[in-house]
Amino acid sequence: MSPDIMTIETFGRRLRARETTCEQATEECLRRIEADNPRLNAFILVMADEARRQARELDRELASGHDRGPLHGVPISIKDLLDVRGVPTTAASRVRDGHVAARDAPAIAHLRQAGAVFVGKTNLHEFAFGTTNEDSAFGPARNPHDPERSPGGSSGGSGASLAAGMALASIGTDTGGSVRIPAAACGVVGLKPSFGEVSTDGVVPLSQTFDHVGPLALSVGDASLVYHALLGDAPTLPPVPMPLHGVRIAVPRAYFCDVLDDEVRARFDEALDRVRTAGVHVDEINIRHTALIAPVYLQIVLADAAAYHAPTLESMPEQYTPGVRSRLELGRYVLAEDYVRALAGREVLRREIDAALAQHDALMLPALPIPAPLIGATTVQIGRSSEPIRNVMLRLTQPFNITGHPAISIPAGTTASGLPCAVQLVGCGGQTDGLIKVALACEPALRGSRTAS
Amino acid sequence: MTIDSWLKTAIADAERRGLPEMKAGLEALARAAQALRNADFNLRANGEPPPADDRTS
Repeated sequence: MSPDIMTIETFGRRLRARETTCEQATEECLRRIEADNPRLNAFILVMADEARRQARELDRELASGHDRGPLHGVPISIKDLLDVRGVPTTAASRVRDGHVAARDAPAIAHLRQAGAVFVGKTNLHEFAFGTTNEDSAFGPARNPHDPERSPGGSSGGSGASLAAGMALASIGTDTGGSVRIPAAACGVVGLKPSFGEVSTDGVVPLSQTFDHVGPLALSVGDASLVYHALLGDAPTLPPVPMPLHGVRIAVPRAYFCDVLDDEVRARFDEALDRVRTAGVHVDEINIRHTALIAPVYLQIVLADAAAYHAPTLESMPEQYTPGVRSRLELGRYVLAEDYVRALAGREVLRREIDAALAQHDALMLPALPIPAPLIGATTVQIGRSSEPIRNVMLRLTQPFNITGHPAISIPAGTTASGLPCAVQLVGCGGQTDGLIKVALACEPALRGSRTAS
Repeated sequence: MTIDSWLKTAIADAERRGLPEMKAGLEALARAAQALRNADFNLRANGEPPPADDRTS
């Protein structure tokens, strides 16, 4: 991440000190988009004229004394899966050619009300059904840290746009990790709130059982600001961090640290040592039934997705990218009895995570088992084993889509070649603000004291 | 329907529909279904416990 990229909190201070304007911040993002989007392919649609109009109007409002709060004039990119009135929602698919959104999704309407400036719609894995962003009707988005590599997915354009300074925050969706995976791969923060908190109306669904909307941001504080704006809350500052010496963290190594790249494992262990040294109480725990995570996820996500896509799989199958079409077709073979077993398994897993958190404020585990993979790779070597990229990338994030617990990915060092690594904190069900308080407390130690400014 | 009979039927149907590349995905789906059927939370109509399966621990 470029050192001259500002957080929302820094921009807000400078804006109110009259050191910058909404228009200047927007112009800087548009300049970066013009310079770097041809290389990174982060945006499907750049909304330059509309963004400039919004920014000028917000400057006029501020000059007249109307301050909308922390997101006033903040340039934000939007995953092209959410409806923004007057522009297409492509879902990165030819299937949706000709679509134009009649109105904002409620989450977008809340952001607009909070004063956000929409710089454009970002690239994604087609219909959010993949972890690499490679299967997109608009071509793959690329990772700003190494354009030969994936930015993660499915909100890959969101992660890339943020890491490249093309926006100060981005809105993504997360059905198996699609906010947290690109955040980890691109070196930014990604927050998946508790299930059901942020409206998914006006968002093209993947699995209504697992879909979440959440922010990608440059810091935990920024993620908190955008999260509350998505909810439509009155303007508010981030919560006060929990005192570090009162934080109790549980580390579930079995399953969650079984399949890890060596450098990711080393960065995780170093981050854990730093939070422990900072005064956090750490317990190692075991979570049962983890072998059910992938089976439960697979049966539900495939069947949910197939139910939504069945008509267009019949009428226009050739409009899908081949990989996504194949996965969607798989869901049409899920038996109802196995779907029902998966729903029962979801409750079992939810109870296991609740039990793990009964005596702790958060779980701590890696966010992504591998650094950003090369574009085109289908397998990755971990130790002596060759693993499918998709399964590996979903492994540590999908459990909390199943259970609905809030989870946040926070940067925690890099590999020797400069690729970001990340730690994930998971909070108690329905307590996203509680998770944010823990994450605010732990962020400096997790990052190794280097925080975004 | 047993997993084996389901898998055989599904692969044949996918091939009939011109989607033979789905075979590996269907086999993965079959393994997932088997894991769920073996899980220790399943109830049986005759009151017996499900088969012990250490993959769920």
